[in-house]
This record gives sequence, structure tokens and C-alpha cells, in this order.
Amino acid sequence: MPSRSVMNLMFKKILIANRGEIAVRVIRACHEMGIAAVAVYSDVDRAALHVRKSDEAYPIGAPAASESYLNIQKILDVAVRSGADAIHPGYGFLSENAKFAKACADAGVKFIGPTAAAMDSMGSKTRARQAMERAGVPFVPGTSRGLESLEQAEQVAARIGYPVMLKAAAGGGGKGMRLVHAPGELRSALESARSEAERSFGDSEVYIEKAILNPRHIEMQILADEHGNTVYLGERECSLQRRHQKVVEEAPSPIVDAEMRRQMGEIAVRVAQAAGYTNAGTVEFLVDQQKNFYFLEMNTRLQVEHPVTELVTGLDLVHLQIRIANGERLPFTQDDIKIRGHAIECRIYAEDPDNNYFPSPGKITLLLLPSGPGIRRDSGMYEGWTVPMDYDPLLAKLIGYGTDRDQAIGRLTRALNEYFVGGIKTNISLFRRILSNPEFRAAKMDTGFLDRLLKHHDAQPAADPRAMEVAVIAAGMYAVLGAAAAGAGERPVANVDAASKPSVVSNWKSAAHKESIR
Amino acid sequence: MTYDVTIDGKSYRLDLNRTDGNWSCRVDGREIEVDAVLARPDVLSLRIGSQAYEVKCERVAGEMHLWVGSQRFAAEIRDPRSLRGRVRTADDHGPKKLTAPMPGKIVRILLKEGAEVDAGAGVLVVEAMKMQNEIKSPKKGTIQKILVGAGAAVNAGDVLAIVE
Repeated sequence: MPSRSVMNLMFKKILIANRGEIAVRVIRACHEMGIAAVAVYSDVDRAALHVRKSDEAYPIGAPAASESYLNIQKILDVAVRSGADAIHPGYGFLSENAKFAKACADAGVKFIGPTAAAMDSMGSKTRARQAMERAGVPFVPGTSRGLESLEQAEQVAARIGYPVMLKAAAGGGGKGMRLVHAPGELRSALESARSEAERSFGDSEVYIEKAILNPRHIEMQILADEHGNTVYLGERECSLQRRHQKVVEEAPSPIVDAEMRRQMGEIAVRVAQAAGYTNAGTVEFLVDQQKNFYFLEMNTRLQVEHPVTELVTGLDLVHLQIRIANGERLPFTQDDIKIRGHAIECRIYAEDPDNNYFPSPGKITLLLLPSGPGIRRDSGMYEGWTVPMDYDPLLAKLIGYGTDRDQAIGRLTRALNEYFVGGIKTNISLFRRILSNPEFRAAKMDTGFLDRLLKHHDAQPAADPRAMEVAVIAAGMYAVLGAAAAGAGERPVANVDAASKPSVVSNWKSAAHKESIR
Repeated sequence: MTYDVTIDGKSYRLDLNRTDGNWSCRVDGREIEVDAVLARPDVLSLRIGSQAYEVKCERVAGEMHLWVGSQRFAAEIRDPRSLRGRVRTADDHGPKKLTAPMPGKIVRILLKEGAEVDAGAGVLVVEAMKMQNEIKSPKKGTIQKILVGAGAAVNAGDVLAIVE
């Protein structure tokens, strides 16, 4: 059978196996390309934005992801019922599930992403490492097998250089880990790491790795078509993380120059080729303070932060994903790719900054949107929508673009001041703190930056007395104007202390009433 | 109209009247020149003197917050002539309600009715968006009542327990 590219036929209908902002992002790409978009939704997502924007929408069950967005059979049933030619998995959910990719292939629906085999070879850390070692990819130096003796530990540590990290082979969560700065500390650290590993995991095996202190997290975007062409689209700096969750990303990285970009990019391409990789993917690196970089892992999907790469390359990654899946060749070569300007993304989460960034679902009562030069907003929310409590709290991504980093920061700061999400708590105030931080301004970042920033609580700036006076007057005006001035929030509004709450309100109504009969 | 307005715990006396769309305004007896446009529900554009401000109003779980620029203020407003609106002095005496800070699901109940509890000790655990949040006692005392069961879905502001 001739391939699609030969017949020059594009997909007619794509199912998006996701929700939230990324589902909306993919639906938009489909519509831009004249492709119909099929949405799926769980019981709590009937009113979600991705359903509103879709051409066809199918319910797939209970809110729990395992009953809906992670349910391979239900999603494939919808694909068959709707006659979709392809499935875009977005990120998260089934996007890196090799079983799903294989099930799509078996059902005759094109999975927009790498093959199951390529995913599998990246899914297992040990297999990935073997393949990568053959491809000459740099890893954090150390032993990949357990240490047999103190003497061996001393030899390895001397070879790779201090500081070193001892890690439990069976480990996780920091248990059985010891940072060793000097040879004299090695004996006691090895003993305590072994006994802690034994206690925690029932396995005292400990290995040694060079400690990367205050590393940066920098990743390289790649694209590979199904005809053997693979290119890199430049890096993203993702060092600003909280609990291993990225919060701010930017492209290009302030510390990566053209030569370093070429080196990292060529290695990323080798990683992809060693895995037989196709479609969009990301190779993550740890970078030390001397700018040595080490392979961390490969993400076999579209990344949340892909817009910053789109803005500085002028490419649309989702369009390209669809074209690649459709069997087309990459429409450019490595030499055609140029990085221009600077882009920074803020991930707007439904989180309460005053309550340790705990998730804050609920109804959005007021939504004011930023716009203007250099601003892109990829969002899954709207005013009046209730953010369900069942999923990841990512609401939207706000991306600022400028000629250079300073302009991008200026535009993003300005747009954050325009952005208002009322009714629920968001982390918008955190970005104001980050973007105005002198170290961030100077691009002095590492993966510990955000934890340090959050640890020392900025002395809350004393409330501006003039702003308080403005609030006093506004409070009175809202009372006088009454229900007519109230938006999508509760109305009438309770405005008295908790003790008298049950006798709900309406000083608002009565105030308005008194006003009207005056 | 005369109101007692409390902004972030600080009280003001506000006299506010509107005639033919013009406002006259006194804060604690001091006259302030102000003009206002309701740009859309919950958004006021204010001019105080020639300074321009946008004030957003957020109404959730029986509470009102006002945003002046990016500063957020808790606002309470009372008509001093209304008995109902009279504020009770806040103190540590009497029963205190524990309320849900966000919609979620009760995953665990840590203390039984009648149990002694210290200020700041966890009483229940609410889960939302895969994160668990301990709801803590605001005071030292006894758990008088637990009003929800494990597994219950709750809304923001729902009373979960009472500490006496």
C-alpha cells in the first residue's frame, strides 16, 4: 500500500487523548491544518474548554484517570467509533505508555509519537544507559555496580574527583544517600549509607557517582521523521523546579553558547538515533558549574514547555508532529534552524502560595487576560468554569517573548500584572517574585534556586496605606452597587464574620435596596 | 450611606454617597475626591485625585477580597446601624469551626469526637488534586463534633469539625 506521503493525504480526524491546556493546544493545531478534532472527557470534564473547542466529544467515564484518560480500551473504542485516523496523546496520561502506542498501531490508528519499541528502549534506565554508552553519550561518572570495599570506593572517588555521592542501588527518596566532600569522610559515609540502605530497602548495595552540586537542568528538543532524518531545535533551561516539578522554563539557556548548543544537540540526535526514535522528543541533561553536561533521560513526548522552543525557532511543533506521523519528511535541515530572540514560560498552577502551594481547585469567578506584544497564553480555563480536584493543577502557560532575555522578562512581568484569576488561588505571585529576583535576572540559576527562594520568606512588604484606602472605598462602592456589580462569584456575598455566617447576608442587597429607595 | 469597613483587620469609617453618578466620599471623616466606573462585574476603575486604580473583587466561601493592583486585601463591610452586622470580638473562647480550605475529599479522620487536641494538631486530612492537606485545630481543646466521614466530598468553606 502506498504511504500517506506518496498519496499526499493528510489525516482527516485526530483524537486527542488528553484534557486541559494541552488538549486545547492540539485541537488548535488540528483546526489550523483543516483536521477535525475529537475530544474525550471524564464525567467532571463535560464543561471543560477542550470539549467546547472540539468538533466531536465522547464521554469516557469516571473522574479517576484510571477510569477515563488512562483507559486504553475506552479511548481506542472512541477512535474507532469516531473514525479518527490518528491519536495525539499530549503529555502525561498515556503519552509515554508503550502499550498504548502498540495498541493504537494494532487498531490501525496512527499514534502521534515514537514507536512502542523506541519508547521501551528509553523506558528502562539500564537498557537506555547501555544503548547510550554505545552511542558515546556522557553520563555522570561513577560505578554502575555496587562498591565491594572501602579501598575500591577510595580509588573510584580519587579517579572521578570529589565531591562524590554515595547512592543506594535500591534507593529512592534520598535514603542511603551521602554526599562526601573529602577522602577522610568516605569511610564513615560508606558505613552509614550501607546500613541505612539495608534498613530502608533490605539491600546494602551502594554505588558511587560524581556529585553534581547545584546543577542546571537543560534539555534539548529533537525532531525525527520516519525517513531517518533527525534534527535538534535548541535547548531549554528548566532549572527552576519545585519538588522536581518545572515551574519556569526558557529558551535559549543563558549559559549555552552556539558551540555548546551544537555539542549537546549532536549528542541528543545520537541518543534519538540509537533508540530508533521518531517524532518529537526531548533529551534531558544535568549541567555542572563548569558547563560539563551529562545525560539524564529522554522524554518520549511533547513537553509542557514546548512553546518556548516554538517562539525562538518560529516552528510549530504540534504541526510538525502531525506531519511526521503522517509520513512526511522534515521540511528543513539542521542548517535551516536558527534561534532568534528569547522566550520564558510561567506555568500557572491552581495552587495556594500562602498554604505551601497546596492545590486550590474551585470556581473561577473572574478572569482577566493579558495580551499585547510578545505574549502567548496557552490555557485550559475560562471564567465561570470550576477547576476539578481530580487532576494536575496546571491551568495555563504564560509565555513572554522578546528580542533578548531582559525584554522577555519585562513583557512577562507586565503580562503577569494584567493576568487576574479570581475565585481560586494561583501561583501568579510566585512568578513576580522570581522574575524580580536579582539572581534570576543575572541568570544565576540551578535546580535548588526555587527551594532557596521559598525557604526565606520575603518579609511581606507592609501594606501600602494608599492601596488600603483604595480598598476601603472600593468595598463601599461594591456594597452600594450591590448585585449588579457582582460577577460569576457567589451572590449575594456574605460579608460578615464567621460567627454570623449562617444568617447569610445580604448587607449587599439591603445596601443596594436602601440606595434605590432613597 | 455609612459603613464600617475592615481591610486586613484595620477598621475604617466610610461615608459614601452617589448623586447623579457622582460620588462623595469620606474615609474616617477625611474628604476624598473619587470617581468610579464599573468596567465589568467585579472590576472597578477608580480615580482618586488623578491616580488611576483597577480594583478587582473576589467573592468566595462567604468572604470578600479586594485586589488593588497585585495586592490582595481581606475586606469586611458592615452597616453600623444593622445589629446583625455587629462584629463579635475575636477570641479563643467558645467553639471553633474547622472548615475545608478547598473542595476535596476527606481521606482520613485523625481524631475522634471527645479527643483532646492541641493548637496546630491535625484533625482531618483533605485530598485535592492528588495532594493531601492536614486540617489543623485552631486552638487547644476538645473535639466536640466531627461533621464528615472518611470518603466524603466537601466544598470550600464546609464545616468539617468543631473544637470546643
